[in-house]
Amino acid sequence: MEVFWFILVVIVLGVFFVLDGYDFGTGIIHLFFAKKEKDKEVIAKAAGLFWDSNEVWLVAGGGMIFMAFPLLYASAFSGFYLPLIMILWFIVFRAIGLEFRGQFKYQMWKDIWDKAFGVSSLLLALFFGVALGNVARGVNLGGVENGVSLYEKYYFFLPLWNSSFSPTQVDVGVIDWFTLTIGIISVVTLSIHGANWVILKTNSSINNKLKKVIFNLAIAQVVLTIFSLAIWHLINPTPFKNFIENPLFFIFPTLYFGSLFGLFFIRKYKNDMYSFILSSLMILGAITSTLASMFPVVLPSTNTINESLTIYNTASTNYGLSVAAYWGVVGFILLFIYLIVQKRLLGGKIDEMNYGH
Amino acid sequence: MEDMLFYDRLQFAFTITFHYIFPQLTMGLALIIVYLKGKYVFGKDKDEKYNTAAHFFMKIFAINFTMGVVTGIPMEFQFGTNWSEFSRLTGNVIGQTLAMEGMFSFFLESSFLVLFIFGEKLMSKKMHFLMAFLVFLGSWASGYLILATNAWMQNPVGYELLENGVFNLTSFSALVFQNPWTIPAFLHNQMASLVTSSFVVSSIGAFYVLRNKNVEYGKLFLKTGVVFGLISSFLVAMPTGDWNAKNVAKFQPATFAAMEGIFETEHDGAEIILIGQPNMLDKKLDNKIAVPNILSFLTYQDWDKQIRGMDQFKKEDLPDNIPALYYAYHIMVGLGTIFIAIMALAGFFLWKNKLHKVKSLLWTIMFLVPFPYIANITGWYTAELGRQPFLVYGLLRTKEGLSPTVSSGNTLFTLLGFVALYMLLGLLFLVLVGKTINEGPALQSSQSSH
Repeated sequence: MEVFWFILVVIVLGVFFVLDGYDFGTGIIHLFFAKKEKDKEVIAKAAGLFWDSNEVWLVAGGGMIFMAFPLLYASAFSGFYLPLIMILWFIVFRAIGLEFRGQFKYQMWKDIWDKAFGVSSLLLALFFGVALGNVARGVNLGGVENGVSLYEKYYFFLPLWNSSFSPTQVDVGVIDWFTLTIGIISVVTLSIHGANWVILKTNSSINNKLKKVIFNLAIAQVVLTIFSLAIWHLINPTPFKNFIENPLFFIFPTLYFGSLFGLFFIRKYKNDMYSFILSSLMILGAITSTLASMFPVVLPSTNTINESLTIYNTASTNYGLSVAAYWGVVGFILLFIYLIVQKRLLGGKIDEMNYGH
Repeated sequence: MEDMLFYDRLQFAFTITFHYIFPQLTMGLALIIVYLKGKYVFGKDKDEKYNTAAHFFMKIFAINFTMGVVTGIPMEFQFGTNWSEFSRLTGNVIGQTLAMEGMFSFFLESSFLVLFIFGEKLMSKKMHFLMAFLVFLGSWASGYLILATNAWMQNPVGYELLENGVFNLTSFSALVFQNPWTIPAFLHNQMASLVTSSFVVSSIGAFYVLRNKNVEYGKLFLKTGVVFGLISSFLVAMPTGDWNAKNVAKFQPATFAAMEGIFETEHDGAEIILIGQPNMLDKKLDNKIAVPNILSFLTYQDWDKQIRGMDQFKKEDLPDNIPALYYAYHIMVGLGTIFIAIMALAGFFLWKNKLHKVKSLLWTIMFLVPFPYIANITGWYTAELGRQPFLVYGLLRTKEGLSPTVSSGNTLFTLLGFVALYMLLGLLFLVLVGKTINEGPALQSSQSSH
């Protein structure tokens, strides 16, 4: 049951990162590459029409963790207090930017709200990557100082950074050079993804340029990935243990590298959908590979006193998980039906259709 | 510790109050939209006006829904960030209802909202009506699941308490369907939500009539708003409000004494307080105006039945802010009474077909629009302050639910951030809604036709 719910949560959150990920990426592309007002408008719309229904996946994912893994929810949400609240702020701020931009006649005001949208998207992409880095690296569970736990063994509190910026201390911060690397990878990944979305959904004048941008970013992505794998063993001495014990898990890194490889041929694809699918799979591959290398741990401990949080020691009891499985499966199927219907209805290029507002 | 409790509660109160501005409109408005769309699809004259009106209000609905999503995510997160002990101990139980809310109702609402707004040309009229109905179903299901969650905190059922203090779910159906607190609270809440939407609809109508713009729609909105408003402002008091008061008297007698302002137990029937200020130093009401025996009659249908006052409960089991609870409750009741009076008067003129000529009443309706919001929010304050000092009534105290690792300084920092952002968000909301109302429904129809 724990594994079943873990898979369900990962899928829902994975879909969230694919869906809202293209909104973040669109924001980043908007910030750096959109120069003409016509492009700015249509690119903002490529995120503006979808962001709120995409955020619904975050709500569903959060609710599912609360139900299935309440201890993880309690521990991680309170421990990552500051970064999480800041993510909330950026989510609100992004919404303000997107919704305000169309309300003003003058370019000056439009520019301000564009910047709000772009900068929050960039920071959201960075923060979500940093968050994934934190989960991979682990935290000082129990707040151990000099061999004594300050809190219950499953609680912690992370400052934004520690004085040495280092991930190898017991007392880690949210931001260090390891998590920042993952954050930058996330920005690059989502920029690729967002550029694909812009190409797919709009006829903006920068579409051809963006294909070149994606190509260059894919090169950067390869370099960054190799770098992160090289520093991986500093964080986790046995990063490949799970893969060796369970070769089936190799499917996830294969997914990641396969889709990254495919992105290099972006200029050859006849259908823009192909490269969007590739960057979607790349996101899913990155998340699942990270989690697969940790499984069943979901939040490692950086000290030796308190054990890591796993899906087993954080889960609800069996009755709750079983009864929820009934409505969970139904809900899950419905989610995908909604998604397909919505994408069908709002398919095609944005600037070619009249949505009525 | 006291500081932590204070700032955590303040942040939650602030963010939930702001959040609840939006769902309380959307839930009621969804029903009114179903009515308008139904009049167009199934009505005798199939008047195009009804369809345009339905679209117009769906546009207002959509703005509110978006605001609700944006401010709703911090609510869900805060269970984990600021109330981690509460989440850890009760996630087993109320995680069910909250996750269902996120998975079903939220999706239902957001997806069919998109289909309604963009899909009219793609489907038959009846299908389009169905979309409106599903938006309504989603928003009310959402409300139901939130109310079921809250009802469990007010009156826990279907659980066992494990040795380590964790609440363990033992009966899903008890949690979701059988809690005696849920249905009365849900119906009361939905009727209150309908009061807010009726006032919004009729006040936009009054605005159009007074401004002599979109007058045809103004009259339609007035009629619709007043009829819904008259029905809902009655139903919110009797029977649903009455049921809730009886539930409080039965399950939370200490809360009942505090919200009614009964400091001392009287041997025969208890009086009902109309006006007065709780004086916590001398444990009495200042400037009291009260009617004898009415409270006993209303609660138990027995003029002489004794009602326990606050003197019969231990201080640590009484709500910790009695004046706030008392005022919240009395403001809600007082405003509810005013709404009935205004709507009855408006209903009378509507029946005489004169409402659009009675300027003073139109002005009153228009400016009354913030008050149903206040009534809704003070109603929730009554429920939540009344549950204090517990999170799970009688079992888990509020101070035991905090995040032990989040210091008060951090919470104050984030609270200030939320205040600043929400001010901006509130401004955006006013601009968007104001613009929509100013453009009016007529523009809506010309837009959807090309």
